[in-house]
Amino acid sequence: MIDTYLIPLLKILFVLNATLVGVTYMVLLERKVIAWVQVRLGPMRVGPYGVLQPIADAVKLILKEDITPTRADKWVFTAAPIIVMVPALITFAVIPFGPVVNLFGRQVPLYITDVNVGLLYIVSVASIGVYGIILGGWASNSKFPLLASLRASAQLISYEVAVTMTLVSMIMTAGTLSMVKIVESQYNAHLWFIFVQPVAFVLFFIGGLAETNRAPFDMAEAEQELTGGFHTEYSGMRFALFFLAEYANMIVVSSVATTLFLGGWLRPFPNIAALSFLGIIPSWMWFLLKTFVFLYIFLWVRATLPRYRYDQLMRLGWKVLIPVAIANVVVTGIVMVLF
Amino acid sequence: MNQAIAFYVLSAFILGFAVLVVSTRNTVHAVLYLVLNFLAVAALYVLLTAQFLAVIQVLVYAGGIVVLYLFVVMLVNLKRPPEDHSAPQRHSWIGFGLSGLVLLELAVIIGYGSIAPPGPANAQNTDLAMYNVEKIGMLLYTDYLIPFEVASMLLLVAMVGAIILAKREL
Amino acid sequence: MTTHTGQMFDTEELVINMGPQHPSTHGVLRVVLRLDGERVVSSDVVIGYLHRGIEKLSENRNWTQIILLTDRMDYVAAATNNVGYCETVEKLMQLEVPRRARYIRTAICELQRIASHCLWLGTHAMDIGAMTVFLYAFRERELILDLFEEYCGARLTYNSMRIGGLPLDIPVGWDKKVLEFCNIMSEKVDEYEELLTHNRIWLERTRGVGVISAEQAIAIGLSGPPLRGSGVARDVRKDEPYAAYDEMKFEVPIGTNGDTYDRYLVRLEEFRQSIKIIRQSIEGLPEGPIVGKVPRLIKPAVGETYHAIESPKGELGYFIVSDGKSTNPYRFRVRPPSFCNLQALPQLIKGHMVADVVALIGSIDVVLGEVDR
Repeated sequence: MIDTYLIPLLKILFVLNATLVGVTYMVLLERKVIAWVQVRLGPMRVGPYGVLQPIADAVKLILKEDITPTRADKWVFTAAPIIVMVPALITFAVIPFGPVVNLFGRQVPLYITDVNVGLLYIVSVASIGVYGIILGGWASNSKFPLLASLRASAQLISYEVAVTMTLVSMIMTAGTLSMVKIVESQYNAHLWFIFVQPVAFVLFFIGGLAETNRAPFDMAEAEQELTGGFHTEYSGMRFALFFLAEYANMIVVSSVATTLFLGGWLRPFPNIAALSFLGIIPSWMWFLLKTFVFLYIFLWVRATLPRYRYDQLMRLGWKVLIPVAIANVVVTGIVMVLF
Repeated sequence: MNQAIAFYVLSAFILGFAVLVVSTRNTVHAVLYLVLNFLAVAALYVLLTAQFLAVIQVLVYAGGIVVLYLFVVMLVNLKRPPEDHSAPQRHSWIGFGLSGLVLLELAVIIGYGSIAPPGPANAQNTDLAMYNVEKIGMLLYTDYLIPFEVASMLLLVAMVGAIILAKREL
Repeated sequence: MTTHTGQMFDTEELVINMGPQHPSTHGVLRVVLRLDGERVVSSDVVIGYLHRGIEKLSENRNWTQIILLTDRMDYVAAATNNVGYCETVEKLMQLEVPRRARYIRTAICELQRIASHCLWLGTHAMDIGAMTVFLYAFRERELILDLFEEYCGARLTYNSMRIGGLPLDIPVGWDKKVLEFCNIMSEKVDEYEELLTHNRIWLERTRGVGVISAEQAIAIGLSGPPLRGSGVARDVRKDEPYAAYDEMKFEVPIGTNGDTYDRYLVRLEEFRQSIKIIRQSIEGLPEGPIVGKVPRLIKPAVGETYHAIESPKGELGYFIVSDGKSTNPYRFRVRPPSFCNLQALPQLIKGHMVADVVALIGSIDVVLGEVDR
């Protein structure tokens, strides 16, 4: 009874809260990191060193007037931000933060559930998130947001193909679709998969940048664009949901990359007993550290690189990433058969 | 017992959304109801312990094909405002006639199907969940290889045709 | 092979208005674009939002007061405007400017060139998406503005020249600070190069974008980096030297293809050449007076003259007519480089995509204060 209902419920509540807090503080982290790269300080006023800035932002957005355009489709207008946010959050159901640990005398696995098609579940749920963007642009009942949203979603579904192809080669390497077993197979192979599949790692990262609409692939939400982007008509909490969903997607991509390529919760060199003093740092802490590294790289890339033009971005996805990803699958297959 | 309840609830959703797809006046709403329909079907697959198929249903159908439907509907809608899409004159007898024909066809197929012996695929009920993907893979690439290749050829032809139709100059 | 597209696939032209308030038009510029899908079919540039009647106002001001007005034209590089105007009046009155004043004028003009190019680089890079370069370039521009504040008290509109020379001599220690700045700046230019010049995304966004051939450039009347980027070797500092440029050794960078990337490279090299000129002028600063023999009341004889200098944007020319009787000019006409360079815009953006329009406006480097006056 407790094991089937209470513990998963507690885990869900915990992960959900942690994710939402994390997403809110990602806002602050981005502003701070980019500011420090740009020889500025970032938010400094609210709280010591600006630490309470996200709370101020949240309060401001909640108190804003709730405007819905007159002829917009009310239900869809409200549902669009939700449709973007929910898939990002429910992905965390299958991400393993750590192995089975002993907590208060019980064996508690540090993940909510282990679906046997975990990786595919994540990809499929991410593809539902595209609807929010399309509907957000359409529900605003205005030509420019609709065109911008169609472009943004075209970008997303194009890069989904490349990312899925990359994941196929990872599935072949790991031999399983379940997230927990992928980490375990890295333990058994004595190697993080980033060393086995460096090409797949690079492709996944670039695809992840494009999937989350981050620089250098963020033409859809660039301020220099003439059209206002798909969230022009949104204000207040709905707008906040769109943006938080982007950060949530970033965290999802980082977590998946950590699990697939950096060994998830495993400490460096998990099979070498001599380094077992590294076990002082708990497994979930290793996971968070690795995810954090990826998030930092996301922000770093945004501060440094210029932006691709939309057609160059699509050309990169279709003509470069997808062929390389398919070639990677073929090469992986050949290597697996020969050795 | 739980399974039965789940099945009936899901079926109600599936049928309800399907009816909404054809009865609603707003085209975009119809597409959205179709998505919900597909999601409910995916849930049904999970009930049948075909998790792989469920995820593929969401990934390919709900997350890919219907997105393309949505694109087309929205781009066509751009030219004319939603009010123009009211049905001018529904010749309902054509609709009823056609659906009656389809129903007759289905009844005949099911009738013949129930006489014929069951197909070759018999699932090993042990570890069904675990070997989902492998089973499908084996079947697809050995017994059903030719339909698989033919389907991919069809898709390729469709893609090339679409590109040729839409491009201004080659 | 062209396919016959029926009525179904015909797209209509979209008319989009960009500006006058827009984050990327560098001022109040309005561009009306006719788009076919994503490509620009034709465009209309609408200017005049910043017209303040400077030329007419000058007819009611005396010759020294006009210096204040010239600051406000190209407000990004105000001292260059001052120098150009003063030199034109000096040419009309045949006044001799002492050598020290000419050297300091050269140094100040080149400092202004660096400051203006810093602003250009920052905004151009930011339009293309590299937002960090904006902050870095402005950090250097701040150093220059600090130098100017020490010299004449102002950061943007300097009023730093007088007819016949300078109003003030340079403060004590200013020349050392300028040389220190030169050292810092040459490192920073390398930093900008590292961030952008070989960056693959930068190359894709700027190479081949907005090509203008040398003949077209001459026909339109371009000047400055847009002209030199297309391969035409014309620089007023070399062809008709003014101030102390005839005594300076420097090179004029020339591009080859006439695209945005070449204009970028030309301006980047101009950074380095300006640093070279500043070093020469400060290290070789002669002693002497800072103002020549100027009559108390400036009243040029009847006549008209045209004099041009090389401002950071291009050839900045002044045409003044004096009627010999009043203390105000009869006619004061400016040939602003941004105005003439802006004429190339419709031709440049034709056939390009919307995202390139912003890059091209930045590549021409317009200042609306100059365009509209």
